[in-house]
Parts: sequence; C-alpha cells; structure tokens
Amino acid sequence: MDRTNSLRNGPDEHGRFGIYGGRFVAETLMPLILDLEHEYRAAKADPAYAAELKHLAIHYTGRPSPLYFAERLTQHLGGAKVWFKREELNHTGSHKINNCLGQILLAKRMGKTRVIAETGAGQHGVATATVCAKFDLPCTIFMGATDVERQMPNVLRMKMLGAEVRPVTAGAGTLKDAMNEALRDWVTNVDSTYYLIGTAAGPHPYPEMVRDFQSVIGTELKEQFREAEGRLPDAVVACVGGGSNAIGTFHAFLDDPDVALYGAEAGGHGIDVDNGHAASMTGGRPGVLHGNRTYLLQDADGQILEGHSISAGLDYPGVGPEHSWLHDTKRVTYAPITDNEALDAFQLCTKMEGIIPALESAHGLAQVVKLAPTLDKDQSVVLCLSGRGDKDVESVGKYLGMLK
Amino acid sequence: MTTRIDARFARCKAENRPALVTYVMGGDPDLATSQAILNALPQAGADVIELGLPFSDPMADGVVIQMAGQRALAAGQTLLGVLGMVEEFRRKDDTTPIVMMGYYNPIYIFGVDRFIAAAKAAGVDGLIIVDLPAEEDEELCIPALKAGLNFIRLTTPTTDDRRLPVVLENTSGFVYYVSMTGITGAAIKSRAAVGEAVQRIKSHTDLPVAVGFGIKTAEDAAEIGKHADGVVVGTVLVDAVAKSLDDGKATERTVAAVSDLVADLAAGVKRARG
Repeated sequence: MDRTNSLRNGPDEHGRFGIYGGRFVAETLMPLILDLEHEYRAAKADPAYAAELKHLAIHYTGRPSPLYFAERLTQHLGGAKVWFKREELNHTGSHKINNCLGQILLAKRMGKTRVIAETGAGQHGVATATVCAKFDLPCTIFMGATDVERQMPNVLRMKMLGAEVRPVTAGAGTLKDAMNEALRDWVTNVDSTYYLIGTAAGPHPYPEMVRDFQSVIGTELKEQFREAEGRLPDAVVACVGGGSNAIGTFHAFLDDPDVALYGAEAGGHGIDVDNGHAASMTGGRPGVLHGNRTYLLQDADGQILEGHSISAGLDYPGVGPEHSWLHDTKRVTYAPITDNEALDAFQLCTKMEGIIPALESAHGLAQVVKLAPTLDKDQSVVLCLSGRGDKDVESVGKYLGMLK
Repeated sequence: MTTRIDARFARCKAENRPALVTYVMGGDPDLATSQAILNALPQAGADVIELGLPFSDPMADGVVIQMAGQRALAAGQTLLGVLGMVEEFRRKDDTTPIVMMGYYNPIYIFGVDRFIAAAKAAGVDGLIIVDLPAEEDEELCIPALKAGLNFIRLTTPTTDDRRLPVVLENTSGFVYYVSMTGITGAAIKSRAAVGEAVQRIKSHTDLPVAVGFGIKTAEDAAEIGKHADGVVVGTVLVDAVAKSLDDGKATERTVAAVSDLVADLAAGVKRARG
C-alpha cells in the first residue's frame, strides 16, 4: 500500500510526530528504552506474539466490544444517530486492558521480574494489577494521594488483585506526580523493572506502542459500522487525558478525510480559569515533560502547572505527542468540556441508556451532545465509551448532593 | 581556547588531587541567601560549581533536591534569576567554573538561542541537562557547543561499552559518572564497582571523569577520589541548607552550614591520594 501521504506513518525513527514526541529521558533509562523498542519490533514481527495477544483479547478481555446504537439518546438529541463503541464492557471495565495485555507479554519476553505503573482514575492501575495477577508478576502502582481518596473503589480492587498501591503526596497528588514517582522508581530499579505506561505518552516507543495496542478499538469500530450502516461514520468522538483511548479510536480513521474526529479535553471550571482546567491543547503550549515534547499546561517560566478536572483520569497537564501533532495539523478537533457539562452527560447517559459511563467518557459524550443536533438525521456519530462509571458513583453522588 | 573547566581540572591534576564539584540549588531558600552561599563556595574549597536550575518536576531527583527546588520556586526564582546569580558571582570570581544543571523545559520555553547567549554573557561555563540524552543532541547540545559552552553528559552503570562512544561523542568539559542507577541522594552500593567504571570510561576518553550520586562525607570523597578526577557532592549540601532553616526561612547559620561542610569535603579530596 502506498502510504506516502498517509497520516498514519508516525512516528519517525527518532520517535517524532512532527516536532512532538522524542526521547527526553535520563541516560540511565536510555539503554532500556532502546532495548524496549528493539523488543517491540521483534514482537510485532512474531506471529506467536500476535496470536497470543489475539487469544487473550477474545477470551480474557471479551473482544470485540459491541457497537451499540443509542436509540433514546438519538431521539432526545434530535440529530445524528448516536452510537457507542462499548469499551466499558471489557474485562476490568475500560479500554486500558488492551494495552496492559500487550505490554505484559513484552515484559515477559524481556525477562523483567517486576512491574510498575502510574494511575490517575485507577483504571490503568486496575488493568495493570489484573494482568500482573494473571501473569504472576509483582507490581507497584503509583497513585496521587488526592486520587487515592477520590477513587477508593479502584484502590481496593488493586490491593485485592495483589498490587502494592503507593500514594504520592508530592505536588497536588495527582497523575503528574504519580508519573514522576514512577519514573524515579524505574531509574532506581531499571534492571528488574518494566514500566507499564498506561497512556499514549512518555518517551518513544511508548506513544507508538500504546497506540498500536489500543488501535483495535478503531479497527473494530470501522468494520462494525460498515456492517451496520454500509459506510463510514460521519464523526468519531473520544475523551482525551493522555489520550490512549482517543488515539486508539482515531488511528484507523486518520486517512478518511470524510470522518470528522473530535477529542474532548477536560475543561474543568472553564478554560479562562487559571489552573482550573486540564485542557493542554486548548489552554497550553508545547514543552518537554515525562520523556516527550507535547502540549503542556505551564507558566511563563516553563514550570508545569497541575491542572484540574472532576475526572481523575483527565487531570494530566500534558497529552500524548501524536495528539499534539494532530491538533497542529487540524486533522482532529480538540474541544474543552467543563466539569458541569460532563456531569450532565453522565446523568443523561445513565437515565436514557441505562449505562453509567466513567466521568472521563462522559466528557466525550458531552461533545456528542453538542455535535449530534448540528448533524442530519441520516448521519452518524460514534463515541468511544472508554470506561464504566462504577468507580465514580460516590464522587458524582457527592457533587449531586445525594451523599453528605 | 582553554575554558575555565579545562583550566581547573588541569590545576587539580597538577596538585595530584581530584576536583571537588559542589551542587547547590539556585535560589534556595531565597535569592539573597543563595547568592551568599554561592559566593562563599570557592573560599570554602569548591573547585567547580554546579548551580541547580529549579524545575517543578525533577524526575531524576530525590526528595531533598525536590524540596529545594520547590523552596526556590516558591521564593520566586526563575531562569533569569539563576543567570543573574552567575553574573553577580562573576564580578568577584573569574576563574571558578560554573555549570548550570537542570531539566530542559525551562530552557526550551525561554528559547534555546536566547538562553545560550544569556548564559554566555552571564559567565556560565557548561550545562548538565538531565533529560537530554545523546539522542536529542540537536536540541541544545550542539548549539551550545558551537557557542563555546561545555556540554557535560551523564554516564551511568547502564551505559555499556557499546553505547559509551555515542554518549561521549558530543561531551566536553568533563564526564559526569552517575555512580548508581537511581535518583540523587541515594547511597552508593559498591565503591570498588565505581572505580572500575571510571577506568572503563577513561579507556574511551581523555576528558576528566567526575563521580557523583551518593557521596556524603569527606571519607567518601577521599575514597572515590582515589580513582576519579572529580567528586560531585550535592544532596548533603542541599540538606545542610534545609536543616539550617527555621520555618522555611534562612537563618544566620545557613551560609556557614554549607561552607563548613564544603571545607570538610575539600579536606577529604586533598587526602584522596595522600
């Protein structure tokens, strides 16, 4: 296939998507990152690796995830047909398992004896703890102390799965700080330890690798939609924190210019509120953090800001480098969704479809709520419903005044 | 042209002793105190100075240096502020080399060309940027070398013989051997292994090799300095600042706490090969 003009060729051999990406890490980690890339290329070329991953996807994760027509929501919004790609039905309740299975097989191939991971909402932590239980590897999950409090059900799940959960109190105690601490652990235990990054960010080859493992979402979606409607969808929507479910959903559609792609960023209290949001592309600018160049929330002196979102999975001050590139090239439209818009969408989905979405996914849904009424009734918009909201019922209950 | 760094290592070699390389965080706990600490370092026995550029997310640093960076940032320190400290220092000292050490983002945001020009003008001699490995040399290393700044690279126990030439290719001034896989402030596990590693690096380069991470006492400095051309001490000096503070504020002990410790370490390097 001629891919000369394809938007799907990235990254280049330096791990760059345009100016974004790269390998901005301490020398201690550099040899390991080169090893990892080598091992990943070897695994990709190995049919046995692909076969094992496929088997696990079917029998462990429960793939393919359904493509669901949200009939009542469609009627309510009065425009385009609304569909959900139901990643929340995966084992562990989110898309995160897709990537964890791919990486745990790599960790095994590399002979690593210990796994570490960072987590925000705890979805990636749970998925990591799950695959570590299954493959019998000890794991340590770094989680911001603030997040430990607001996502207690996931903390308990990780502990029951046998993981050590290490609360991080530095900074605001959220995802950025958890990632710093995971990197410090990795640099200390580099020989034995595999760092299972959960989002499509970090040093090359992580953004590419995580994207590849998550691309199953968009590939399935495309096929399922063709079966259902005999064509391509008009718009595809996903929420973006670091952006793993979004890049996994978008990637299959990048070379289909008739499919509009929308990423919903965490608008928090509003883009105009200082430190009140986590919309790194709408409200940040390019910088270097956690191994890659990408859009970051930062002050005039290049110090990184904390960011805020009602959703613990989205309040990261950066975003995966491929998203930064897709933002600059305008192939994807990134738009901020406020906490309140996400809360409204959360309730709408719950009451109209009987599906409790994760607060992260509710951001994507809020974008659908804005978009669908502007499209014709014979058009279609598909949301990646990336996670289920069981973990959020307590914090949403508090926001809605249902709990004291 | 002989740089301040070359001249200083040559002098130490002539004196048959390793250089004492001291790290302090620029602007910790406040600008005036930090300036006084910096100005007192040569007199106390520091041969080379590493001046930390504070960053919100120091991923390779232990908690002591993390906290120092936070104190400096809370006191309003900026990149320009740190360059100003160097400029002030140079009014009285034109021979002690100063290496700025930190992370890339504040420099990237300031602008690479603008930074290099400002650093040269202020009297900075070299740079150590933790998150710029050889693979990212185009970013800052090569422009800095062209402008006549030294770019000092970290090598680590994971940098094997195959990789060393890549790492050393654009290194100048000296090579900084990180004695362990870990973050700043951890303890050295094996002094013998460090000695072997220094010999291994020396077989690849004529540059002086300084060893850092985990050197805490005059005795450590003397032992490590037997084989190394320099010993780097950071966390214990920063910790001395922290311990001298009262409710986060500098006290009359703060400057002396650092100078006294540096004098002690300087005695250590002087007897390293004695």
